[in-house]
Amino acid sequence: MTRSDTPSDAHWTILFLCWLLAGSSTLGSLFFSEIMQFAPCILCWYQRIFLFPLVFIFTTGLFSGDKSVVWYALPLVAAGWLVALYHNLLYSGIIPENIQPCSRGVSCTEDYISLFGFLTIPMLSLLSFSAILALLLILNRRFSR
Amino acid sequence: MKKQHLVIFSGIFLVLLFVLGGTIYKNQQTKKLGFLARDHAEIFIRKHSPTLGSDEAKVYLIEFMDPACETCSAFAPFVKKLMADNPGKIKLVLRYAPFHDGADYFVRILEAAKKQGKYWETLEVMYQSQPYWASHHNPQPALIWRFLPAAGLDLEKLKNDMNDPAIGQIIAQDLADAKTLNVTKTPGFFVNGKPLVTFGDRELQQLLEAELEAQYPR
Repeated sequence: MTRSDTPSDAHWTILFLCWLLAGSSTLGSLFFSEIMQFAPCILCWYQRIFLFPLVFIFTTGLFSGDKSVVWYALPLVAAGWLVALYHNLLYSGIIPENIQPCSRGVSCTEDYISLFGFLTIPMLSLLSFSAILALLLILNRRFSR
Repeated sequence: MKKQHLVIFSGIFLVLLFVLGGTIYKNQQTKKLGFLARDHAEIFIRKHSPTLGSDEAKVYLIEFMDPACETCSAFAPFVKKLMADNPGKIKLVLRYAPFHDGADYFVRILEAAKKQGKYWETLEVMYQSQPYWASHHNPQPALIWRFLPAAGLDLEKLKNDMNDPAIGQIIAQDLADAKTLNVTKTPGFFVNGKPLVTFGDRELQQLLEAELEAQYPR
């Protein structure tokens, strides 16, 4: 078996799925804030910081065919996943939110939408980060094989 | 199809979906607000709301404003000009959305000035002196008092009237209506209940002209 630096078709498709997930999540997040005018809370901002660059990193990976795209993307995805997890625990009340003085900002536990009774915005974020994380881990295992 | 093309086409598709979704959403909002304007006009104009212009006017320009907001101040001459260009046809309704920290204080001054019949003069003075007291890195609300005499106010009476609890209720009501109408930034404009969807002076003029055309057909 020869080792090459360019990924196979299956690998490319997995990376493409990551790109689609990151891209649609980014646009979805922008839709909530720019079109529906929901002000993003502070935790949402941290998740966005880890999410938005992924679109560009995956795009570069898709075009260059460089396998190390996994290593460039993983830290962002892992950090975003952790923030999303924390946000969901806070949101569902498993971790209590410290009592805070009223401010002009947006509370991280204020609920805006919930589709089908459980799909809240933080839940969408967690699902998206989890899916990307899983795909990247699969990709990483296939590359190291 | 080449892989790279797939990426580019998918990217374009996603962006188009975003734009289309945005247009649909905005149309729905406009329709919903149209319904509110017809059946719940009080959300746009409360009894306490200061108004300017003829009672015969058929076009109501509702502005959610904050006395400490630079854009509101910058828009004031433009709004004035739009009204002067269409004499007797436009009625301006001011609503409060004091989103800046401490902006309630200036709303209180305005409402107290209203009791002396100097509302619009005071607002004018406020907007013009705004750079002195509303700087973002160093707001100095007390500086406003240097400028207020220019509006011809009785300052002692003003200081007493400012503490009227009724003003707090006015602000609370206006903020509640702002929330209902999804006003999150100032100035927030509505023309006969139709929101200014894309913010800008030309956009406001177009919205006003379309409504003038509809209400005063030539």
